Amino acid sequence: MSDVGDTVETTVGTVEESGILDAPLVIGGRTFRSRLIVGTGKYADNRTMVEAIRASGTEMVTVAVRRVDLDRTKEEGILYHLSPDEFFLLANTAGCYTAEDAVRYARLARAAGFNEWIKLEVIGDQTTLLPDVAATLEAARTLAAEGFKVMAYTNDDLVTALRLEEAGCVAVMPLASPIGSGLGVVNPYFIREIKRRLEVPVIVDAGVGTASDACVTMEQGVDGILMNTALAAADDPVRMAHAMRHAILAGRLAYLAGRMPSREIAVPSSPVTGMLD
Amino acid sequence: MSDNATIHVHLNGKEREVASAHTVHSLIESLELHPSLVVVELNREILPREAYGDVPVREGDTIELVHFVGGG
Repeated sequence: MSDVGDTVETTVGTVEESGILDAPLVIGGRTFRSRLIVGTGKYADNRTMVEAIRASGTEMVTVAVRRVDLDRTKEEGILYHLSPDEFFLLANTAGCYTAEDAVRYARLARAAGFNEWIKLEVIGDQTTLLPDVAATLEAARTLAAEGFKVMAYTNDDLVTALRLEEAGCVAVMPLASPIGSGLGVVNPYFIREIKRRLEVPVIVDAGVGTASDACVTMEQGVDGILMNTALAAADDPVRMAHAMRHAILAGRLAYLAGRMPSREIAVPSSPVTGMLD
Repeated sequence: MSDNATIHVHLNGKEREVASAHTVHSLIESLELHPSLVVVELNREILPREAYGDVPVREGDTIELVHFVGGG
């Protein structure tokens, strides 16, 4: 599916890398040219996953920590398909429902020997997959004290976001809408408010469904987006990855450019004078 | 391997019979896994990779072998 146009990709890449129109994203002292972080779960096959991830232009991918399947009936380890030299690995604590479990998974992830970064995620409700913010805070404090660079998945609550920043997180990641829902940003005001008040980067994590969602999300002024299902569950993940790359850049530049005021009245764009008799 | 040369361990949630002569390293290799891609939790403690070759597998050990899989 790489017929989607090397020309446009090159153009986007040029803008991303030029540093003229936008500054790079810096998280925890590490610089990223792409403002997109992508997950590696739920793809129909590994080849499509790798192709989509490359097409997205991302430099950081999330991975999960799980038992090795000794019966080989499930998937092999992700590192058989994705090189840690090509992508910065951000391990997650997905599936954890307590602070204790999240800390355990984070320590296992660090012991893999790649880096000390962790996407902290402590779920509080099985139906909505909304975060347990008390447990998330507790785990964030523990992990930050142990030297982890914590990127914390949280809800769109300002006070929790502030507490996570105080706890030492290198990025705070409020949801746009529930994980895997594809509902887009349900509360743009709260996302803007979190971005306004935090010093650390704000990455919107979860809920973006398509390119327009990504664009609208970036127009709120946030520093980046983390997504998985929007790519993996698209009919054509590689094409969608190209679309997301463009949408994120478009939304970011539109935010930086500053939009015109919206008004519920028409104003002509052409001169009203000089018309013929 | 002699007749009494096996022990029982709890490996990734299942009871397994393995050779008693195993170190953690040789156990991982016997499962056709790459030691460099596997993280070991032995009786709830993470085992540093450099210790795999030195630590024997003992009767009744609870061993978790984990790795990275696709996730969001």
